[in-house]
This record gives sequence, structure tokens and C-alpha cells, in this order.
Amino acid sequence: MSSREVSWAIRELPREEYLLPGHAACAGCGASLSLRLTLKALGKRTIVVVPACCTSIIQGPWPKTAVAVPLMNIMFEAAAVCAAGIAAGLKARGIEDITVIAWAGDGGTYDIGLQALSGAAERGDDILYICYNNEAYMNTGIQRSGATPYAAKTTTTPVLGKREHKKNMPMIMVAHGISYVATATPAYPLDLMRKVRKARDMEGTRYIEILSPCPPGWRFPADKTVEVGRLAVQTCAFPLWEALWEDGQQVIRLTGPSKLIAQVPELKLPVEPYLAMQGRFAGISPEDVRTFQAWIDAAWERLLKIAEF
Amino acid sequence: MAVSAGARAREGWLSLMVTGNHAAAWAVKVARVQVVAAYPITPQTTIVEKIAEFVEKGELKAEYIRVESEHSAMTACIGASAAGARTFTATAAHGLALMHECLWWAAGARLPIVMAVVNRAMGPGWNIWTDYCDTMAQRDLGWVQIYCADNQEVFDSIIQAYRLAEDPRVMLPVMVDLEAFILSHTYMPVHVPPQDEIDDWLPPLKPAWTLDPEEPITHGNLVFPAHYMEFRYLMQEAMENVKELLPKIGEDYKRRFGLTGLDFVETYRCEDADALLLTMGTMGVEARITVDRLRERGHRVGLARVRVFRPFPVEQIRGLAKGVEKVVVIDRHISYGAEGALAMETKWALYPLEEKPMMTSFIAGIGGRDVTYKDMETMALKALEWMEKGQPREGVWYGVRGLELA
Repeated sequence: MSSREVSWAIRELPREEYLLPGHAACAGCGASLSLRLTLKALGKRTIVVVPACCTSIIQGPWPKTAVAVPLMNIMFEAAAVCAAGIAAGLKARGIEDITVIAWAGDGGTYDIGLQALSGAAERGDDILYICYNNEAYMNTGIQRSGATPYAAKTTTTPVLGKREHKKNMPMIMVAHGISYVATATPAYPLDLMRKVRKARDMEGTRYIEILSPCPPGWRFPADKTVEVGRLAVQTCAFPLWEALWEDGQQVIRLTGPSKLIAQVPELKLPVEPYLAMQGRFAGISPEDVRTFQAWIDAAWERLLKIAEF
Repeated sequence: MAVSAGARAREGWLSLMVTGNHAAAWAVKVARVQVVAAYPITPQTTIVEKIAEFVEKGELKAEYIRVESEHSAMTACIGASAAGARTFTATAAHGLALMHECLWWAAGARLPIVMAVVNRAMGPGWNIWTDYCDTMAQRDLGWVQIYCADNQEVFDSIIQAYRLAEDPRVMLPVMVDLEAFILSHTYMPVHVPPQDEIDDWLPPLKPAWTLDPEEPITHGNLVFPAHYMEFRYLMQEAMENVKELLPKIGEDYKRRFGLTGLDFVETYRCEDADALLLTMGTMGVEARITVDRLRERGHRVGLARVRVFRPFPVEQIRGLAKGVEKVVVIDRHISYGAEGALAMETKWALYPLEEKPMMTSFIAGIGGRDVTYKDMETMALKALEWMEKGQPREGVWYGVRGLELA
């Protein structure tokens, strides 16, 4: 464990808010909750880069803004390198106490932004890249992305549902050998904030993937965001873990409920209740449920082989 | 044009024999650029290679980001510039085309980025030689475009480009263009003033806006139709300011260093001319020989080399064409379905004249085909002959196999 690691109790959380009331997110938006918690954990000395994504809207239109730290909007595929450029510019000017983060959706990370992200990671650019993953192009109206799960109906997979599984983006980042990779969800806010703070205090490229449930896109009631997020973790559809370097070795460690499930396998829930809560899986065939479950199980078994818990 | 080497043999000056690309790298060094983003593409690569050498040897204190594409090169410059640093990158042809989206962003964000572009033809088929089709395709984005004619001018233009771009009345990015191989890989003398004098003339960047947690702003969020147009109007206004500031900066630089000051149009023997030859870049220097030879044959021809394409020097060209009977334009560019950009925009400049000259335009030198003073003489003579008969022509392709100039 890093000596810098913090473990907050809820009453000890920072009081400052950097995502202000009046932002333009949908009701129950997991992404805006993720952003609020992330900025709380990061604090004032933060610069945020936002490519085209839901947060282009959430931040609010000119001449107003709902974000109380400097925010630079940038092209869809360019978040990582824009952040890297800002970090380089600050360093060239001798400013070293600012955390530069890229705050991108899954389309801007898994798909169109992957090249710039991979480049930044390979160079070890001093940025914290956060993918708030809502598993489709939500801002443009719920089109399928590389992060959309199997069988999910989107506006570009409207009848059959997606026929492919999502790619394992966090592990792609682990393969880059960067300083820190973690998965998180606002359904477990203290785990999320601890990881963001930990990443903030590291150097080099850090990547956090935050599964951010989306009521209109996943088609569940706006008051179920946290519940859906918890089920994603409890079914192991989205395990929580972090990968970091210790004594020259890259270590993957399960965290929170995922660690507990690894230790007590009976706690792992079947995927059905997770799928049943979401309209995007409505009418899913028993065969597709089995395929989904088999994919989750295989990924989880693979993770258990390489992760500490 | 560069002054003679002897005139520059002053204390603290460097007299180099370098390629156009290395002249660009030297300008970046003495301009104390703080962040360089680099991606290789022929024939630009030796610019960023030389800068890498300066940085790794500690001769230039800069962050050097070896990006994975030109799209990322320009985006890194956008980020670094927004963080308040002086930035540079270089590219050519396909690299520039890949940057297209970022070029909009850099200009719209009002960031004083300076970029060298080595003009190279676009594929397919692959062609690494020069024409202006790459940069002319990017002329509508809000970038100032300067076209060079020798290596000293490359050096001088980059230094002055920072002064221009960073002026609070401008805050637009600047593209300094040099022709593939004709300049990029050709050795010429270049005179470099002492660092302290450059520092005095080009002080550190004072950004008009920056990303500062003490004064947080949100930059580039959604702008509704009720306001978007005003932002765009301000860019046009900045271009109007360039029209006023660029020659002043050029005069100041020339006065200070005796080197090539920026200006919109360079003229040669225009005073008593009744015909005008317009072209750009290195052709605009070689054409002096053409003009001399035409004058020996009794044609009163003057030469105008258009050095800045954005903002377009519409007043200067209009002034030069006033009272002239015939205009000949030679473009190293073609807009398919139209003609060359210089010809088209020259017509815009001429339109308000009550007594409009006739105009004949040529497309020449596409994909690096050589255009000599003799070629330009052939074109000019044909054009004068056609216009003498009252038959001007538009967008005539010169030198295409099987196409004769009838």
C-alpha cells in the first residue's frame, strides 16, 4: 500500500464542490456523479480536458459553466494528448502542482481516442486519464461503442442487440505498463475517491475507468443508478481493481466488493438481475444470457489468476 | 531576399550554411520555444530532428513531445499553448491534412501556435515534391499563411510569426510555408542574430488567456447560434488587425536586424509596368529573370511575389493592378473544378477596379515539376499574346504532356 493512500470516512470527505448545481446532466446521471466525486478527490489545483462526450453538455453552455476548475474542451479523439500538451506547457513554465486530467467517455476512449491515449501512455505523459464509461455514445443518442456490452440494444443495434463483447480497455492500459490503472464506479464512492486521490499523487500516465450507469441509455429508472452500479460489481460484470508498480513488479489487486467476492465466491451474483434491471437488455434470449454469463465468468476467472486479493 | 554575408559579419552573429529546414529549427531555438510536438513526415522531418538535437544537447530548454500522429502534434500544441507556453510543430502534405480538424481548433481557440509547413503534393500517387495544394486546402481556417522564397526568409518569418501571433490584437496561429526540397533541403547562407538581441525583440509569451486554477475558466463549451457568430467575427477582425500589424512588425524587424521583414507583397520593376506577373514562393524570385528578359524584348512587365496568402493582400494587389492592362498569374496549385487559388483571389482583388485589367492564369509545377524562368517566360509571352488579341484565358495547365499552348 502506498503511504500516500487515503481512506476517507464519509464525514471526512472534502466539502468543496467543483461540479456546481445547475449542470445540464440528465436525472440520475452516473457520469455527473462520477465527475462530482472525482473533482472532490482532486481538489482545486486541477485542469480538466473534455473531448466531445456527455460532459460537453453537462458542463453547461457558454457563457456559463458548472465546472469550477479550469476546463478545456477539445476534439473527440484528442483528450489524452491535449492533456499531455497542457502538462508539458505547465512544466515548461515551471508549474508543477497542478493535476491535468482528461475526462472522456467510452467512445472517446475505446474507439476514436484510443490512438492518442495509447501514444500518451507509451510516452508516460504526466496525466490522469479518466474514462467515464456509460457503455455507448450516449450524447449522440445511444449508439453502440467498443464499450457496449454483448446483447445491449442501442440505436445502431436496435433489433438484435450488439453481437460482440466489449473490449477490455482497462487491461489494454495495464499492458501499456503505466503507473496506475484502476476501475471504479460511483456506486462505491469511497473506493472511487480513494483511487482518484491515489492516482493524483502519482506521476506518469494514470488511467481510471469509471463505470457510470446511464438511466436513459441503459433504460432504468433515474433513482436506480447506484443500485445498477452495485449490481455491475456484484455480478462481476465490472470488477473493481487497481494495477500499480511495486518493487519493479506490476501488481493487480482487487478492491472493495470484488476483493470480498474473490475471497467468498458464493457472494458472486448471477448476471440475470443486473440485466433485468435494464431496458437495453429487454427481451434478451436465454441463449444470450448464457453467452453473457460465460463471458463474465471467463473474464473473472482470468482476473483471479493474475490479481491479488 | 537575404542581405549579403559581409553585411552580417558582426559580433555575436552566426553565419550558417543550412537547409531551409535547419533554418526553421534555428529560428525555433532562438525564439526560445517552450514546447515542441514532433511527428516525422518527409520532407519536414529534418526540422524536428534538428530541434531534438538542440533539446537533447541542452541548447534549447523545451519540452519535446514525440507524438504518435500529426493530429496529436497539433493537439499537443493546442494544450501547451492553452497552458501559456510558446509552441511549435512542423508538418507537410498528408500530415497537414490529418491536422485539419485541429487547425480549426487552434485558430478558434485563439492560440498563437507557429507551425512550419514544407509544401508537398498530396497522394495518390505518393509524391514528396512541392506544390501548394496542401496548404491552400487549409486557407479558410483562421491561420495566417506566410510563404517563403529563401532560407533566410524561413528563419526570419518564424521569428516574426511569433511576434505577430502573440500580439493581443491577433492571437491567431501562423503557418510558415516553405517548398519541399527547393528550400527544405537546399543549403543557403542564413544569418542568425545574437540571442540577447532576439530576446529583446521577441519577449516571452504573455498569453491572452490561459488555464489557471486561481482564475478558472471553461474554454470552448457549447455556444448557441445567438453568440457563435460573434466569436467568428472576432477572428475576422483579428485578420484585419494582421493586415495592419504585419508590415509594421516586418519594418521593425528589418530596421533592427537588417534581415527580411515580413510584408504582404514583394515587387520588382513594377513602377512603370503595364503588365503584371503574379506568383508566389521561389517562383516569385526566379521570375525576376523572366521579367528582365521580357523587358529586354520590350514588354513593360513588373513582378509581384505574394508572400502572405492569409489574410489575402487584396488592397496591395488592387493597388498594383491599378492602371495595368494585363495580369498574368502562375499558380503552383489547382482547386479541381476551378483554377489556382492565387488567380481566383486576385480576381476578387481586381473586381472593384473601374478599369479592370485582363487576366490570364496558369497552373504549373504541380507535384514538384520544375518551373524555370524560361517556362515562366513562355507562359508570360503566350498570355500577353492572347490578351493582346483580347482573349484572356483561365487556369491554363502548363507543361502537361500532349497539351500545347495554342
